[in-house]
Amino acid sequence: MNEFVETLLDLPWQADHAPKAAYDVVIIGGGGHGLATAYYLATRHGITNVAVLDASYIGAGNTGRNTTIIRANYGIPESVAFYRHSLHMYADLEAETGCWIMHANRPQLWMAHSVSTARTEQARALMNEACGVPSRFIGPDECAEIVPQLDLTGGGRYPIHGASFHPEAATARHDRVAWAYAQGALRRGVHIWQHTPVVDLLRSGDRVTGVQTAAGPIRAGTVLSAVGGNVTTVAGWAGVRLPIRTHALQAFVTNAYAQEFPGVVSSNDLVFYVSQGPRGQFLMGAEFDRYASYQQATSYTYVQSVARKAITVLPFLAKARILRGWTGICDVSTDFSPILGDTGVDGFLLSTGWGTWGFKAIPAAGEQLALRIATGATPALIAPFGLDRFAKEAAMADPSSAGTR
Amino acid sequence: MLRVTCPTCGTRPYEEFRYGSLFPVTPDSITDPDARQVDHAWMQDNVAGPITERWFHEAGCRRWFTAVRDTRTDAWSQPD
Ligand SMILES: Cc1cc2nc3c(=O)[nH]c(=O)nc-3n(C[C@H](O)[C@H](O)[C@H](O)COP(=O)(O)OP(=O)(O)OC[C@H]3O[C@@H](n4cnc5c(N)ncnc54)[C@H](O)[C@@H]3O)c2cc1C
Ligand SMILES: [Zn+2]
Repeated sequence: MNEFVETLLDLPWQADHAPKAAYDVVIIGGGGHGLATAYYLATRHGITNVAVLDASYIGAGNTGRNTTIIRANYGIPESVAFYRHSLHMYADLEAETGCWIMHANRPQLWMAHSVSTARTEQARALMNEACGVPSRFIGPDECAEIVPQLDLTGGGRYPIHGASFHPEAATARHDRVAWAYAQGALRRGVHIWQHTPVVDLLRSGDRVTGVQTAAGPIRAGTVLSAVGGNVTTVAGWAGVRLPIRTHALQAFVTNAYAQEFPGVVSSNDLVFYVSQGPRGQFLMGAEFDRYASYQQATSYTYVQSVARKAITVLPFLAKARILRGWTGICDVSTDFSPILGDTGVDGFLLSTGWGTWGFKAIPAAGEQLALRIATGATPALIAPFGLDRFAKEAAMADPSSAGTR
Repeated sequence: MLRVTCPTCGTRPYEEFRYGSLFPVTPDSITDPDARQVDHAWMQDNVAGPITERWFHEAGCRRWFTAVRDTRTDAWSQPD
């Protein structure tokens, strides 16, 4: 963690210098999901004998690498209900935590460049509207009213036939979200141990009873794995097999552009998305690399391909300069939905299947998993997302998770 | 940047290739036929290490080949 964060976060417990021998709850992974779960355990349930262990610094994983898009317009009703709740929680998060996370409303246009895709976007808008997420299909003229920078001819090859419009979409500064939850949890007595990799799970019979770290074993009543792309290894220690493949997702950012760009522009046919950050820079991304990878490498090919797509509909971006690119390794589930809660192994819970879309889910998943840990019962909002759904032939197939983050 | 080693053409830029698939392997320890089917349909080995895959050298010799790639380093080796 850098100096700024060290001063931002008050770390009173560091005087102890070593984790305790046992906690009620040990959370592996100090990304948004691990930290939010700790925060809600402490604030909603008074469970503060909790440790979050991270192999690196908090937010070092995908939480500090994403393009920060928060939206609720998903492809199946169970997902829409879940992400809608998270979107609303995000809107209240500054008031709740007292931390400035730079939350901003950024309406999303999900564009169609063909008649058949326009039907898909019409269906998306109708379904989401019916599920309580204000959405409507807008024609090309309205697209241009909202985002004047659009070339409605799409460079001649990708004419804009319209878009599904999601006015409540938003963005927030990703690492500030992690710090807000960390700070709130620390203040209530939760321990956060950075640079403390978990190397194995402790087991007794069929139960997981704690974690093994380089600094020694730590016992726990409940162990939650929230480790992003490394989840297969961690679950493997408990003998749990997962429908997860780890894929690299890249993104990049340009220099600043003074004129306001009012929202998130996504393209269903071209598969890319663009939004403007708080300093005026543009954040861009597209789909994840097809082959499995545990490498945080970037590639010129990717930048070139995304830039080409972006310029097709937003020609002014040709003048922008790319400043930085980066990559995260994502826990992509085979049905593109999260996997939350029980694993079939007592004492061992999961927060995974966040793939390329899990930043927006941090508040709701943290709240719901804390409820599961505190009560032992799986809340209705996340019940459809259990690992047992695959054996029950109740997979939650929703490829629109990955389409535009 | 990922470079792919084709058995015919040698190491070439990634853009010349199309990724095919990997070989799904259901562990022998799963014996129940239904459980094997669920595993085959959904579960993944997701190995952090060498995995066996099919690749197609689209803008080269246009041959499919089987290769072993380390998912942590992208180092290529020949399948057994
Ligand atoms: C380029 C990119 C763009 C994205 N854009 C969006 C977006 O616009 N909107 C959206 O909603 N989502 C987006 N995502 C997805 C989102 O970033 C992730 O789904 C989310 O951050 C997952 O959070 P997490 O807490 O589960 O995992 P992570 O943030 O990855 O945290 C996992 C933590 O676990 C730690 N860890 C791993 N192994 C161990 C171990 N053995 N012991 C201890 N600690 C360990 C790691 O150090 C890490 O800090 C994007 C992802 C990427 C890569
Ligand atoms: Zn070849």
